[in-house]
Amino acid sequence: MADQMVTANRLTDGAVVFLAADGSWVERLAAGQPVPEGEAAAAQLKRAEAATRNEVVAPYLIDVGPGADGGITALRYRERIRAGGPSVPWLADSGAEAS
Amino acid sequence: MPLIKHGRIAADPFQPVADGAALPGEGPILIGLARWQEERGLIEPRNTAIGVRLKPAEAVDQLVGDLDRLALVVLEFPKFNDGRAFSQARLLRQRYGYKGEIRATGRVLRDQLLFMHRSGFDAYEVGVEITPEILAAAIASFSVVYQPAADGRSTANDLRHRLPASQPSPGERDLPRGSCKCAQ
Amino acid sequence: MYAYDSYDRTLVMERVEQFREQVTRRLAGQIGEEDFKPLRLMNGLYLQLHAYMLRIAIPYGTLNTAQLRKLAHIARRYDRGYGHFTTRQNIQFNWIKLSDAPDILAELAEVEMHAIQTSGNCIRNVTADHFAGVAADEIEDPRIWCEIIRQWSTFHPEFSFLPRKFKIAVTGAPHDRAAVKVHDIGLRMHRNAAGDTGFEVIVGGGQGRTPIVGVTIRDFLPKQHLLSYLEAILRVYNLLGRRDNLYKSRIKILVAAVGAGKFAEMVEAQWADLKDGELTLPAAEVARIEAAFAPPAYEPADPFPPEVIAKRAQSKDFARWMRSNVAAHRQPGYAIVTLSLKPAGGTPGDATAGQMEAIADLADAHSLGEIRVSHVQNLVLPHVKRSDLPQLWEALQALDLATPNIGLIGDIIACPGLDYCSLANARSIPLAQQLSARFADPERQQRIGELAIKISGCINACGHHHVGHIGILGVDKKGEEFYQVTLGGSADENASLGDIVGPAFAADRVVDAVEQVVETYLGIRQDSERFIDTYRRVGIAPFKEKLYATH
Repeated sequence: MADQMVTANRLTDGAVVFLAADGSWVERLAAGQPVPEGEAAAAQLKRAEAATRNEVVAPYLIDVGPGADGGITALRYRERIRAGGPSVPWLADSGAEAS
Repeated sequence: MPLIKHGRIAADPFQPVADGAALPGEGPILIGLARWQEERGLIEPRNTAIGVRLKPAEAVDQLVGDLDRLALVVLEFPKFNDGRAFSQARLLRQRYGYKGEIRATGRVLRDQLLFMHRSGFDAYEVGVEITPEILAAAIASFSVVYQPAADGRSTANDLRHRLPASQPSPGERDLPRGSCKCAQ
Repeated sequence: MYAYDSYDRTLVMERVEQFREQVTRRLAGQIGEEDFKPLRLMNGLYLQLHAYMLRIAIPYGTLNTAQLRKLAHIARRYDRGYGHFTTRQNIQFNWIKLSDAPDILAELAEVEMHAIQTSGNCIRNVTADHFAGVAADEIEDPRIWCEIIRQWSTFHPEFSFLPRKFKIAVTGAPHDRAAVKVHDIGLRMHRNAAGDTGFEVIVGGGQGRTPIVGVTIRDFLPKQHLLSYLEAILRVYNLLGRRDNLYKSRIKILVAAVGAGKFAEMVEAQWADLKDGELTLPAAEVARIEAAFAPPAYEPADPFPPEVIAKRAQSKDFARWMRSNVAAHRQPGYAIVTLSLKPAGGTPGDATAGQMEAIADLADAHSLGEIRVSHVQNLVLPHVKRSDLPQLWEALQALDLATPNIGLIGDIIACPGLDYCSLANARSIPLAQQLSARFADPERQQRIGELAIKISGCINACGHHHVGHIGILGVDKKGEEFYQVTLGGSADENASLGDIVGPAFAADRVVDAVEQVVETYLGIRQDSERFIDTYRRVGIAPFKEKLYATH
């Protein structure tokens, strides 16, 4: 049976977050709580939906599994980009703000 | 469901009658368009106020000849993002000069109320969370409008160029009700 | 350009307050996301892959330097130091906090900017020719009418909850730089036999899942009827557009379903009651807006400045840049300069805050304080004295804004794609970077000539791939990124949709595939035929053959 994890975006700043074991929302996927798919995952998602009043937006389940380096990673490419940031760096701004 | 009319919670004199149900013996009734078209001969002799419900897909021009007999037209927002009733309301008020009550039903966001008011609605039966205070605040939320609409408000262009507000449309709600047999 | 009067300003300020109140309620949990989402969308705030993205309106792609500096400030203060210019002449910031959004909108209002109706099922930013007002071939400045449409469409009480989004574009020149034929409504200004200017009205164009070139429903609409006629079209759409299926709800589906002739009749029927009514603008208002777009008082300027002649002779790079990035201006002695936001290996359409500030300084020094945004994701300085060109070029080179590739193969349009967008199936930016790096050699680019590559990361076609000479659509095949190539699309007055050339290419094959298409073209072109002309002459077969020949 595969593992899943609940993810969402934080309401205030839109940051990608993952549901941890203690019910808190963390920014690193590695610190999120994997749950077996099926009933346990569904229950986890239900827990998350309680937080949508004013903590997070649009929680959903993603498939997770062991990554190449041994740690936990999202299985779907889209979710890896979402967890890790754009695959290409953006232009670095130079110069301090003009007053 | 509370009814807000003329900015206040009001009693609703109209009895809604489902399509298959018998007409009540007396009193104002609210019926669907098809029933009105089919049973007009039975309804008119009752000599009470008549309201017709239009669905979003039903064309307003089907009521054109009857508007002076109808005290009420009810338009629907089945979902808040179904904006067809805005067009229906404006056609009733501005093209066909309807002077009776245009009532909104269904589910709307408070942020749509100003658009509804401008489109010609003057009665709202849209959920407990929309109170007269919220309605009043919504209508007052913008002091400038760009487009002429059914509320006859002066537009930015009217004010820029010192023009009178566009001629009040025949459906202006402030005008006397004329020959409509409205329940009071 | 148009400057707000007290009415415009009041409206935008009141909108800021309304949104601030909505955000406060949302953060306190007094309204849920389902009710809040349409409100934030109508203020241009999307929830994207990584964070909230804010799309700020740049009406008809025109900016003054105070506005550009404000965008730089917002990039620094509220985002990560850069912004992305879009295919609808807007700007997007990718890392916005909801809690900052009301302050950002308040800051934008200070410089007469906003994010009103840049999303949602309403009338969106009205786009125009980015050379409006200065192009040598222009009949009339379309921005006058864009501003008139902008005001009419802002908080329109009847048309704020349409079946789907609605996009209008206007061109005032015979060569269409605004892609009017692939918009929900396209307006092409032209003269009738009597010499009056009016609009050809084109409806039902669009890209996405069902790309269609728009149809003309009225050859000549006199200017005074513009708003009443648009109101008639929108009313027909609002009442009859499909609301049952998200993918069939644009006006193009309605027009195709009833037929152009019947659609035109329905519009005329609605229009009969609106024509010559309250939507006829007072002459004084048209005059007021026309005055805002009156040409500036150009100083006399030498059409053949010796410093340019000398520099051209002395520097091949300068000469090359002039060929591709400098366009003819209607005022003698002046030029239109396009700043390329497509350096080889870069992200198309991105600019840093530092670049934006530097561009603002250059615009003050060399462009009468005005900048344009093109739907091809570049910036434009529209009022440059030819004698300033050498100095300007040096400055742009130092900022990496002088890549000599405008209209050439390096001038790639790419949507943000899977790196940023929650709708995407594949990434666009790395492919654009690889392609521009592969074709980086400026000599080669000029030899290839006019060739527009357009890349979309999903079927929504924000990269306009259907109208690319070479169009590329990213798809997801069993979790892998693949790229489908189309050929022969065009966004101009001879608009056409590209033809799919064959099965999609894997990510590590598609750059080679594009190179093979180019080589095929170079092998069969006649004289100085552009790619699109060669394609139209020979068809898809030679390209298909080259790409899919078994080895």
